Amino acid sequence: MTYNFDFGWLLVYYPQILHGIAITIELIVVAAVVGIAVGICCAWVRALGPAWLKPPVTAYVELIRNTPFLIQLFFIYFGLPPLGLRLSELEAANLAMVVNLGAYSCEIIRAGIQATPKGQFEAGASLAMTPFETFRHVVLVPALQRIWPALSSQVIIVMLGSAVVSQIAAQDLSFATNFIQSRTFRAFEAYFFSTVLYLVLAILLRWVLARLGRIIFPRTVAR
Amino acid sequence: MHKRQFITALVAVGSAALASAFPVSSAIADALADITSSKTIRIAVPQDFPPFGSVGPDMKPRGYDIDVATLVAEKLGVKLSMVPVTSANRVAYLQTNKVDLVISSLGKNPERAAVIDFSIAYAPYFSGVFAPKDVAIATVADLSGKVVGVTRGSIEDLELSKLVPEGVTIKRYEDNNGNISAFLSGQVVAVVTGNVVAAAILDKNPPRKPELKFLIKDSPCYVGMNKNEPALMAKINEIIAEAKKSGALNAISEKWLHQPLDKNL
Repeated sequence: MTYNFDFGWLLVYYPQILHGIAITIELIVVAAVVGIAVGICCAWVRALGPAWLKPPVTAYVELIRNTPFLIQLFFIYFGLPPLGLRLSELEAANLAMVVNLGAYSCEIIRAGIQATPKGQFEAGASLAMTPFETFRHVVLVPALQRIWPALSSQVIIVMLGSAVVSQIAAQDLSFATNFIQSRTFRAFEAYFFSTVLYLVLAILLRWVLARLGRIIFPRTVAR
Repeated sequence: MHKRQFITALVAVGSAALASAFPVSSAIADALADITSSKTIRIAVPQDFPPFGSVGPDMKPRGYDIDVATLVAEKLGVKLSMVPVTSANRVAYLQTNKVDLVISSLGKNPERAAVIDFSIAYAPYFSGVFAPKDVAIATVADLSGKVVGVTRGSIEDLELSKLVPEGVTIKRYEDNNGNISAFLSGQVVAVVTGNVVAAAILDKNPPRKPELKFLIKDSPCYVGMNKNEPALMAKINEIIAEAKKSGALNAISEKWLHQPLDKNL
């Protein structure tokens, strides 16, 4: 092999990489927090909500889960401005990720809610709780605990999927990598380095979510 | 690479090598006299580079260079024989005397100038900052505080990155389409791109029309011909100068580039 490895560009371009990592972390934090909140609301509607709310929520979930993320992103960034809604690339990326994770987490959380034993709803009712209070105090937390590993995986998938936001010039980690690659033509080193960074980010995120799970759900529940 | 393309490339490379080993230019007495006596001029034109040269829906070649070639033949009063070439083999076609002229969006550089001669410029080819009419940008300093789109890694990206002042937000898109879409949807105020790309946008007649604000890099097109052909050179320059004055060249520019010809060309 005659290829000469050269990581010298790191000294010049590390601000771009740090900035890219910061943007990627910002994107996934916003997407995870807001997206899971959206997912909980939608899951409540689909599992227990009023009948009139179900069709629009089902339409949203099916639309997002059956179309490519890149197309959703392009639609928000390039498609909405002619209709009068112009979002910056970062706003568009955040919105697209929230909308995407909202739909996927809805289905995951719904599974958790529907796996709740019937007796728990009845227990809530027998304590004179309204259906909403039962959901909030009795059903939701154990439901989330049941599906927490699946939800964590989905958050990581969305974080890795965020690499495509560089397509609309959002300056995330992928953008920084592509930028460096197009300036230094050090394709192997640039992509190798960002692969390692994404791997580390994914492992860190999994660890944080696992810790968070233990804080939110201190007790083990019957499954 | 297709087999035929490969052979063509091989022939082109071989003939270029031969041509440089045995210069043929001195053997030809007067290309202009040959053209007049044979009543035919052979001109190398592009066929894969719109809007300069491409194949139309009627399967006939069309474009800026085709129109200029037609104009030249008309003014010389001879029949036009168009020879389709690629950007890689066009100079070799000339050197091996397979064509009399190259009108194929040919730019000037020292390497080419060493082996062939150039007429005066006949077509604009440049990179510039484009924005809608109502955006006031005249110099690079005016870009300050504005959002400018560019295709990442393109020659425009490299040039722009060198000369932009502080406070300019450059958005680097993955390809020309992303850059164009960002401009058309108003995500960027201005785009930095080639005049050919701008012409392709104007071709679609969009609501936001890119208008040239200033040049980043200029490399106009010239007619290429063999060295030591003073009579042919004088005649071609005369035809181009006249076409500029009469507005014929301007009409071709309006037709294919959707922009009037620059007065300084």
